[in-house]
Amino acid sequence: MRYAMLIDTKKCVGCSDCVVACQNENRVPIGYCRDWVIEHAKGTFPNVSIELRSERCNHCENSPCVRCCPTGASHYEEGGLVMVDRGACIGCGACVQSCPYNARYSHPDGFVDKCSFCNHRLEEGKNPSCVSVCPTSCMYFGDIDDEQSQLSQLLKNRTWKVLAPEVGTKPQIYYLT
Amino acid sequence: MNEEILISGRMNPHIDPTLGIWGWEIPLYLFLGGLAAGILFFAALYSLLGKEKELPTAVRKATFLVPVILMVGLGALFLDLKNKLYFWQLYTTIRIESPMSWGAWILMLITPLSMAWCLSYWRDLIPNWTWQVKYLEWIEEFVQKYRKAFAWTMIISSVILGIYTGILLSAFNARPLWNTSILGPLFLVSGLSTGAATIMWLSKEKLERSLFSKIDLLLIGIEVFFIIHLFMGFMASNAAQIEAAQLFLGGAYTLPFWGGVVLLGLVVPAILEVMELRGKHIPVAFPAILILVGGLVFRFIMVEAGQISQYLY
Amino acid sequence: MSKSRRDFIKISALGFGGLVLANPILNTMIGQVQAGEPMDASQFKRVPTYCEVCFWKCAGWVHTDEKGELWKIEGNEDDPHCKGRFCPRGTGGIGMYNDEDRLKSPLMRVEIDGKQTFKEVSWDKAFRFIADKMNQISEEHGPESMALFKHGSGGAHFGKLFKAFGSRNITAPSYAQCRGPREVGFHATFGANINSPEPVDLENTKCLVLIGNHIGENMHNSHVQEMSKAIDKGLKIITVDPRLSTAASKSKHWLPIKPATDIALLLAWMHVLITEKLYDKAYIDQYAYGFEDLEAHVADKTPEWAEKITTIKADVIRETAREMAFNAPATLIHPGRHVTWYGDDTQRLRAMAILNALLGSWGRKGGFYFPETAKVPSFPHPAFPSVSWTWKDYLDGKYALAGSSIANVFVDATHPDNTTDKKIKGWFVVGTNLISTIPDTKRTLEAIDNLDLFVVVDTMPMEITGYADIILPECTYLERYDDIRVSPNREPNIAVRMPAAKPKYLTKPSDWIVRKLADKLKLSSYFNYKSYSEVLDWQLKQMGHSLAEMQEKGVIKFERKHENLYLEEGEEYEFGTPTGMIELYSTDLEMEGFDPLPNYTPHPEPPAGYFRLNYGRAPMHTFGRTANNPNLNELMSENKLWVNPKIAMAAGIVNDQEIWLENQDGIKSEFPIKVRVTERIGMDNVYMVHGFGKSNKKLQRSNGRGISDSQLVTNVMVDPVMGGTGMRGNFVKFIIDKPEREEIS
Repeated sequence: MRYAMLIDTKKCVGCSDCVVACQNENRVPIGYCRDWVIEHAKGTFPNVSIELRSERCNHCENSPCVRCCPTGASHYEEGGLVMVDRGACIGCGACVQSCPYNARYSHPDGFVDKCSFCNHRLEEGKNPSCVSVCPTSCMYFGDIDDEQSQLSQLLKNRTWKVLAPEVGTKPQIYYLT
Repeated sequence: MNEEILISGRMNPHIDPTLGIWGWEIPLYLFLGGLAAGILFFAALYSLLGKEKELPTAVRKATFLVPVILMVGLGALFLDLKNKLYFWQLYTTIRIESPMSWGAWILMLITPLSMAWCLSYWRDLIPNWTWQVKYLEWIEEFVQKYRKAFAWTMIISSVILGIYTGILLSAFNARPLWNTSILGPLFLVSGLSTGAATIMWLSKEKLERSLFSKIDLLLIGIEVFFIIHLFMGFMASNAAQIEAAQLFLGGAYTLPFWGGVVLLGLVVPAILEVMELRGKHIPVAFPAILILVGGLVFRFIMVEAGQISQYLY
Repeated sequence: MSKSRRDFIKISALGFGGLVLANPILNTMIGQVQAGEPMDASQFKRVPTYCEVCFWKCAGWVHTDEKGELWKIEGNEDDPHCKGRFCPRGTGGIGMYNDEDRLKSPLMRVEIDGKQTFKEVSWDKAFRFIADKMNQISEEHGPESMALFKHGSGGAHFGKLFKAFGSRNITAPSYAQCRGPREVGFHATFGANINSPEPVDLENTKCLVLIGNHIGENMHNSHVQEMSKAIDKGLKIITVDPRLSTAASKSKHWLPIKPATDIALLLAWMHVLITEKLYDKAYIDQYAYGFEDLEAHVADKTPEWAEKITTIKADVIRETAREMAFNAPATLIHPGRHVTWYGDDTQRLRAMAILNALLGSWGRKGGFYFPETAKVPSFPHPAFPSVSWTWKDYLDGKYALAGSSIANVFVDATHPDNTTDKKIKGWFVVGTNLISTIPDTKRTLEAIDNLDLFVVVDTMPMEITGYADIILPECTYLERYDDIRVSPNREPNIAVRMPAAKPKYLTKPSDWIVRKLADKLKLSSYFNYKSYSEVLDWQLKQMGHSLAEMQEKGVIKFERKHENLYLEEGEEYEFGTPTGMIELYSTDLEMEGFDPLPNYTPHPEPPAGYFRLNYGRAPMHTFGRTANNPNLNELMSENKLWVNPKIAMAAGIVNDQEIWLENQDGIKSEFPIKVRVTERIGMDNVYMVHGFGKSNKKLQRSNGRGISDSQLVTNVMVDPVMGGTGMRGNFVKFIIDKPEREEIS
């Protein structure tokens, strides 16, 4: 089993609901966030197009943050989740440097924090809060190893991309384009 | 027009608008680590070559600085930690893939090593010293007895330490500027060069000074070669690395790097040293200080610019 | 500048916050924000609510944690407004509760050493003051001279108070400043209002036409959701907008029209549909009145004619018309919401209604469905006294087609230049910041200066509070009961709001404020209950339910009792128009002396060096109400001015540079605005999101961040049909250097 997230940029309207929902759900302090939205505009008026992307930790299969962590605080969990053990994190910042997505931040309480795919919700059989709240339902969450999952089907039938593949992290957030 | 912007107002401290999770602490730590590695390397090397008498500064005197340098360096690393009370977690595990981990361990090894080394020469400093604590005397005797083995351990660990200061950065291939294997050797050579400069500065012996002057010239030459190689590598690489190199080739770091590090920190001291070797009277502190400051600035620039360089937007 | 009776009080009031700064709740709240992962889930509770951040009123659950602190708000799965998913503003509604800049205590305007300031007073003193003044106004001018401006659920309670007091002069800026022309235009055509939520069958739509309507930037929740579902099913979108809106970016056809020429495009579309016989002939034959008139009317409105006006290529007009016809009747010309643009808005909306009629989309799957509303009995109260005049009498026959009261007319009736005997002397403003909702602020302020009593009820120190005699701090929707939500939808449904936390500081719910004030006015017989929960429980029990049940369910849906959702094939149907048919040719408009068929009239264009000022919405904010919300402010703390790169280059301005704007009347923006250089906008207009540039310093997070478009809207084009205030005819130029301005004391 490997958890993955898929975001349909054709449906995302960039409303940032995912950001607020995550902030409340995970009690991310005001002034910080675990996810964010990017707008990419290309072309010249009136031949312009935009892509909207909700971004967060990619829970990479080959996570540089896990590799760089000197204490093992950053680690893999079931389903390929990349997690931070707050009690083992010394706040050295190595993982923050190692992440090409800038997905990690230094929590005011000292440890490094990032998206957890809401693993406390996964345990209850729920989707991550960003996926649950998304008004356009442009986000999908599931097991990429399960060929029958909606996520796998969409990946099979649509064109997609991942971010910064050249860094070799094997990110697990896919964007339908 | 290509416009890629954050529209959800992300403003994580030290991450946005550009990454700056590491401030002054880490570059200082890297500089001091390199400097300590340089001094210890030459001390061990010439001890093994049996030049203890001819090169007293290199083998003995300069090493007295090393424990202090390492303590300050470790202090800087400690200050960088945001979860300071969990510092000990570093020493509950060895993580081979994490440079931060084996850096912490190598420092754990080399710091007592350097202290013991100093201890064995303590009576150089205060000839009639008597140890109040028995086992310190025992250490002194132990080191004197097994100096060769000690020197070997020290030479190996100092090279590891020197390379480590560069690898710490190059392990982060998320930062295009650091994503190159040259950083390890480059930082090692730079560290050796600052070490040599320190020995040269401290030395009162003419022979020793001119030897280290020559060593320094050689190291500067290698360093310049590495730097050119570094940028050639970037320019032949992907867009992100070309963009990273642009920071130094017309971008914000052009003047500090080429003016501050390469010219003032390498070329000018090299010229001064050549002049001195040719008999001109140049106060030795001049080139030494330039090299040391150059080495320090080099690390500050590399750490800061590396954090700015990005693969995404 | 002559001294005003009501100086705007900017700076912190006397003792402001003194009572509350030591509030322990505030401290625990700060602690709560820092807490780690959610803890013992068994301690968590949820309370039903419906959202009050915008008018969509989505039903959801407020979750509290093990300490009883508010944790998060989530949508109610059974609610047709949100389908279990709140929008960013609703999700961030928790920030309304946590905002430390909230109004905390009743405040009264006093003069100390010649300087006006606010002083904290007790609720009782505030009520006594207000009741005295109201009685005085009633004696001198009659109770009708009291007027109420309202928005949102709190206003409903005050509406009852006003009716009991003897005034029907009750209004909301959401009509004449927003959706009024749409109601009149569609009512004239189909004999039915659009109302809210709009009965558009988006999830089944195959071709969606958006005219200056920004679904996705407006977060009209269920519409955004349904549009997305329709995209999955291959929805074709045609967007008419001078700017590449988010919706435009999802569109098959984006028509970057020259602003203010929409009616020409709509007429040309009708021309294509009729001349190419693409319209729904059977539907038109059976239901429509005046087709021949329309056919003759648009005979010369060719795409080539429209191309010269709109800059949209004739073949694009033809292609898009055919796309609409191909997908009809599941083609929806969305009526939009904020439609007060150029003063001929009723006619533009009429044109949109006619286009819908030609495509046969009214009462059809994928077009407009017939909504149904649940019936909720009113809590018994004595009959309200009759009144001797209302705003309609003041208008004396003008704007006869307006189906609702016109807020700017209330300003006129208050203004010193009102020479009639129907004068308004006292205002209650509840939950609406008139400074940014009604254009021509200067006139509004002149009216305010002519009042004998001015009461503002709000949760936040919005600009309007600075002019009040008395400010009453209302608690947020998370801390109170309100009326049962009833709204038209596919299935009739109701939702309740219950308090999830105790009112913070000294704030109170509107129903409490109204009851206490009614006591002082000797009107308590109209409010015969101790808690609003009694009213709700009584109403629910009449319907065979109870408040206890609603606490568990939040939302209840009912079976439809009346007509079908859509028209059956060939079904006999009587429309609510004078002819009982879909009036392509409007007899209502004809009778009132207006064009019975819409005409294109050219509008002024920006002079050289000026750009048309367009404003719109961001999905994370609503009106000006959320700019200070800590959660939402973080997403977007200021608005930026969208400028085309060529214009920016010519003007020598760059991204993120701060500039000021000056409009055609010489009005300068109070604050600077940062520039966003973007290809998403053309060269004849600039754009910003509405609701920023707060001038009240008590709004610490939003004060001076970005600018207020409302300040620059001084040219107001009033719709002759229904009195709507057209606000898109203002032109601005850039000011690079900080303008000097006289200090306003």
